[in-house]
Amino acid sequence: MNQTWDVTVSVNGAPVQATVPVRQSLADFLRHTLELTGTHVGCEHGVCGACTVLLDGRSVRSCLTLAVQANGHSITTIEGLAGDAELGPLQQAFMDQHALQCGFCTPGMLATLTEFLREHPAPTEHEVRLAISGNLCRCTGYENIVRAALQAAPALYASGTQGGVPGASE
Amino acid sequence: MKPSPFAYHAPTTLAETLDLLADLDDAKLLAGGQSLMPMMNFRYVAPEHLIDLNQVAGLDRIELGEKYVRLGAMVRQRSLLTHDALNACCPLFREALEWVGHIATRNRGTLGGSLSHLDPAAELPVVCMALNAEVEIASSEGQRTVQATQWPVAYMLPNIDEHELLIGIRFARPDTSFGARTGMAFSEFARRHGDFALAAVAIVVALDDDDTVTHASVALGGVDDVPLRLSAAEELLIGRRADAGVVTTAARAALELPGFEDVHASATYRRKVAMTLLERTLSTALMRARESQT
Repeated sequence: MNQTWDVTVSVNGAPVQATVPVRQSLADFLRHTLELTGTHVGCEHGVCGACTVLLDGRSVRSCLTLAVQANGHSITTIEGLAGDAELGPLQQAFMDQHALQCGFCTPGMLATLTEFLREHPAPTEHEVRLAISGNLCRCTGYENIVRAALQAAPALYASGTQGGVPGASE
Repeated sequence: MKPSPFAYHAPTTLAETLDLLADLDDAKLLAGGQSLMPMMNFRYVAPEHLIDLNQVAGLDRIELGEKYVRLGAMVRQRSLLTHDALNACCPLFREALEWVGHIATRNRGTLGGSLSHLDPAAELPVVCMALNAEVEIASSEGQRTVQATQWPVAYMLPNIDEHELLIGIRFARPDTSFGARTGMAFSEFARRHGDFALAAVAIVVALDDDDTVTHASVALGGVDDVPLRLSAAEELLIGRRADAGVVTTAARAALELPGFEDVHASATYRRKVAMTLLERTLSTALMRARESQT
């Protein structure tokens, strides 16, 4: 018994039609079927945050979301965060502040912070720390990630593009 | 790991959902998926059928009436946290939800999911118990309600049949039903932010013009197999002017709880944390009641 389901999903702005096994996670659909391997899979039970992507502009765990549940929705992954640019302001800030070493947590951090900074254009350091509390990083000790978020906030707000990511609908 | 194979159902109406629940055996309901999906990924749970509630129309409404508030089962934790009008009349939701998980889990996690999963340390069941909420349950046979205080039956076992669906909760608006001098507070202690609580406390108190307590709801999570109301503390408070001595005595009622022991804390430690937390949270709620306008 391996039921499948036809889905239409907008992925990084491009329409995608596919037939997915109903038990396939959104993370595996992105990585294996669409070969968008920028989304990382860590714990597969919602704790590490590495697989975080944006669903209709809101951060979700793609390991806890079924691919079939993305039917009719839009997904933004790390591959789509910068739009046509090489790096978005948040990604540039991560580079400037050395906010990554191994890079495993980075796609999830960027997805989480993209949503957070859109809603909190001038956050405090404490708010940034709370925002990334669901994303584990074992390299940086978080200090440089917090610095990067604080650096990017004014740039994202000024650009008004939120790094090319469409705004969330309630 | 990956979930075992299952048959997927995505009903769009309540009637369709209830028919599926009536007809299918070994079906699980998928709400926000923040607890069920990890359990399925681990294969702790391997249902034959998965009924996805995310496309069912009408289950995600927040309705603020003059006297009552009604919250649909599929209202996301995020919506409860950010809804200004709801939190103006009942700030317990915002105060509690700031402790629940993280941005990404609150974007998906739902009220009905938290109530049905019924983790003994989850925040929303404690809030619903403090509010004297009624839980609304539907099946193909009809509807019934259960008092939130009767909702937990045993460890992670809610008072609902496998062919029934939790559709929402309803509670009297605390600001209009207990008088103007009503105070509410929620607090908890957890090892790390976003973890389940070692102890969580939700309080609703009301005072008359002489500062005598006319209503007290004291709900606790994390200290027993199920969330509970601490009636010993409530009885100590009602009819008295709640000075610091009365608050301390009421908080000591937490020491009489059985408490439960796990890798995170001993039963004794949990009881002591609950007592301290209760004393602080009760003081905050009473202060808010005194400061509200008569």
